[in-house]
Amino acid sequence: MQLFFEQLLNGIAMGSIYALVTLGLALVYGVMRILHVAHAAVYTIGAYAGLYIFGATGSLALAFLGSMAICAAVGVVIERFLYFPLLRYPPFVPLIGSIAVLLSIEEAARLVAGPYILTFPARLPFPNLYLGATQISSGLLAIYVITALVLFVLWYITTRTELGLAMRAASQDAPIAGAMGINSHGIITITFIIGSAIAAIAGILVGIYYNQVYPTMGTVPAYKTLALIVVGGLGSVPGAVIASLALGMAETLLIGYANIPLPRDALAFIAMIGVLMWRSEGLLGSSR
Amino acid sequence: MNAYVTTIVTVIVIQAIAVCGLNVIVGYAGQISLGHAAFFGIGAYAAALLATKAGFSFWLGLPLVICISGLIGLLLGLPSIRVREDFLAITTIGINFIVEAVFRYVPFFGGALGLGGIPRILFFDIRMKGQAFLILAICFLVICMLVSWWLTKSWASLACYAIREDESAASTLGISPVRFKLFAFVVGTAMAGLSGSLYAHYMQFISAGDFSFPVSVGFLSMLVLGGMGTLWGPLIGTIILGILPEVFRPLVDYRVFLYTLLLLLMIRFQPGGLLGEGSVARRALAPLFFRGGKR
Repeated sequence: MQLFFEQLLNGIAMGSIYALVTLGLALVYGVMRILHVAHAAVYTIGAYAGLYIFGATGSLALAFLGSMAICAAVGVVIERFLYFPLLRYPPFVPLIGSIAVLLSIEEAARLVAGPYILTFPARLPFPNLYLGATQISSGLLAIYVITALVLFVLWYITTRTELGLAMRAASQDAPIAGAMGINSHGIITITFIIGSAIAAIAGILVGIYYNQVYPTMGTVPAYKTLALIVVGGLGSVPGAVIASLALGMAETLLIGYANIPLPRDALAFIAMIGVLMWRSEGLLGSSR
Repeated sequence: MNAYVTTIVTVIVIQAIAVCGLNVIVGYAGQISLGHAAFFGIGAYAAALLATKAGFSFWLGLPLVICISGLIGLLLGLPSIRVREDFLAITTIGINFIVEAVFRYVPFFGGALGLGGIPRILFFDIRMKGQAFLILAICFLVICMLVSWWLTKSWASLACYAIREDESAASTLGISPVRFKLFAFVVGTAMAGLSGSLYAHYMQFISAGDFSFPVSVGFLSMLVLGGMGTLWGPLIGTIILGILPEVFRPLVDYRVFLYTLLLLLMIRFQPGGLLGEGSVARRALAPLFFRGGKR
């Protein structure tokens, strides 16, 4: 039973990290209808930037802030340079462009930082907690608290501020939102800033938790998060979060208990195809 | 032609056959597929298993391989009826990952070790390799391009074009989107199967990694660069993206980076493909080849 709880706690942490990466993807899809595969590259950049800033200054707070700023800038550059000019083409043209960005950033990271795994020798200032006999390590606790904080801030921005109202309007119908005086390109830029900054947080958290930062760390999340936003309903942020948490738990529990012959990374796609055949708009999606 | 050049040209020709098939699905019927390598792989594994375990010759196995990949294409094309555009793109990515995982983890398919010992093709007691194999592959490519060309003239492709441009409008005219989408999937995946079969017999060894998702991205990039829905686009795109890595080879470490960067720039500035409407190449070549109208 204790093992089960430990697995569950790990699964929630896994799901939280998926949620942090998937959020950006769902937000971007909401306002732009683009599958932003390169988001995983932003997450890789976030981990490296955090590592270097931490190495140079020794301050985790600075590492988080600096890496968020760098990622926000990268996200905006990708949007301005690549996606915006390609919006009038069929959706797979920006998708291929996005994959090309992912691959070139991975290669650039390999050339700049070297092909090996770097360690992230930082500890987040959280205590170890005990629930009965089950220990929640400081790393796990940090992931829970930071994810909850990010989700709360995001929820507050999107539902309680005028900016959030404008974001929701632009994602429901960009031309009409524009007619109501909302600068929809500005909203798109802000969405990229928010999504990319969250990816930076996810990158640093993963780097610290697994104590690993390497050039291809974005490859698996890049495609898994695609499956997750589909399961959640394309563009639905709550759906993306629920799908991520469910997948994180399902992966750890199924691998721990059921002896399935398939690798865990295929699970997301099997779940996705199942959900699509049953509810083609995803769990929380609206049929458009 | 030395062996190095022959090998590269042969691989390009084999890939061009698969890209021709992708062109039927994406270019003609407008159904995005990012899982084409899965069908390429299904063809290759079917051919390899028939040759090594059942002892079939290439020629006896070929119709079977084409039928198998077309049939699986039909099955996996079914999602395209239910989901569209972005959903379909991600579904096909998922299919690619699942098919690759099955090849890699099921012992029947050789598991992580792959399948080896695939015999060479016999043609009247001549073992096809090197340039002889290249000529055979070119013959198959010509057949596929003839089929593509014939498709552009046929009623089926007219129906496909109509579905690509506007599915609801097409269905009000009595064109069944289900029928013609599946038709495109079957033709396209059958070509991928043929290509996979040639690949298996040429390489004599296959493993799951040869049919992974990046290969699908490669196929789609070749198609988009060459020009979707055009007859020569698949061939030109495959030649360009097939030769580039060899051109960059002296740059060793920077090779892949430059390749992806170039792909990015081409997508950004020439998204309609080199032969697509309004492209640089088409404008330059138009006075030579195209008289009058657009086509």
